[in-house]
Amino acid sequence: MSETTPTVEGTKALDEAAIRELIDRALAEREAKNGYNKQNKITIVAWDGHLDRIWPTLILSTTAAASGMEVNVFFTFWGLFPLVKPERARKTGKDWMTKALGQMNPGSTQKAKLSRLNFAGMGPWMLGKVAEDYKTPHPTELLELARDMGVRLIPCQMTMDLMGVKQEDLIDGLEEPIGAATALLEMKESAIQLFI
Amino acid sequence: MNVITATVDARGQSCPGPLVALHKALRGAAAGDLLELLATDPGSKSDVPSWAKLSGNELLEASEDSGVFRYVVRKA
Repeated sequence: MSETTPTVEGTKALDEAAIRELIDRALAEREAKNGYNKQNKITIVAWDGHLDRIWPTLILSTTAAASGMEVNVFFTFWGLFPLVKPERARKTGKDWMTKALGQMNPGSTQKAKLSRLNFAGMGPWMLGKVAEDYKTPHPTELLELARDMGVRLIPCQMTMDLMGVKQEDLIDGLEEPIGAATALLEMKESAIQLFI
Repeated sequence: MNVITATVDARGQSCPGPLVALHKALRGAAAGDLLELLATDPGSKSDVPSWAKLSGNELLEASEDSGVFRYVVRKA
């Protein structure tokens, strides 16, 4: 029996190392296959506040929520302005410069312009009319729907400070404002990350 | 056994309407329940199977009758 059961110290150490290597390889393979800590989650960075950008963002968000995914939308820079309450449009800002920016970029989904073919509001009006005929909900409606479906609508703290947009300027039911690191962590854990 | 427990009529609605309506109806259903979705959105032909894959619910039937698409899904 002694020939088949090796008792040499070196052999035992080699076995442990080999097993460890096998486990590490299996873990690395699993990680490569599944991605790092990926969850059934989508995180969208809404950077642009134009009607034709915020619209697909909200369609994707509500569809992802309807598919059982956890959804984060991080509203930053111009993307923050569609979250402004209609009655606070043109009224945001903390000093003359941010107030002027608030005038030029009024806020709320109802005042959102098209990135092209805007034609002093004619473009958005026509697009809204066509969408109505095809029963595609307007971003104003989709934003409410998203919130009701549990989509996490997260304002960017830095943008709020920079642009002088206060919590009371924004629609109700939003998450607490966050910073870039928290946004990155959400993106890292998400199976899908988009910047729109 | 295969009795449809609810019908979601999303005829006339377009993306993302039908899926949102289906999702809402499923929330009130029990696991194993069969739900029927009626839609006229041609996008639903690709979107309902994709939604089933994403959400883990089972698509049992898909058919079309004079412009109306009918889907039967089983809640997971």
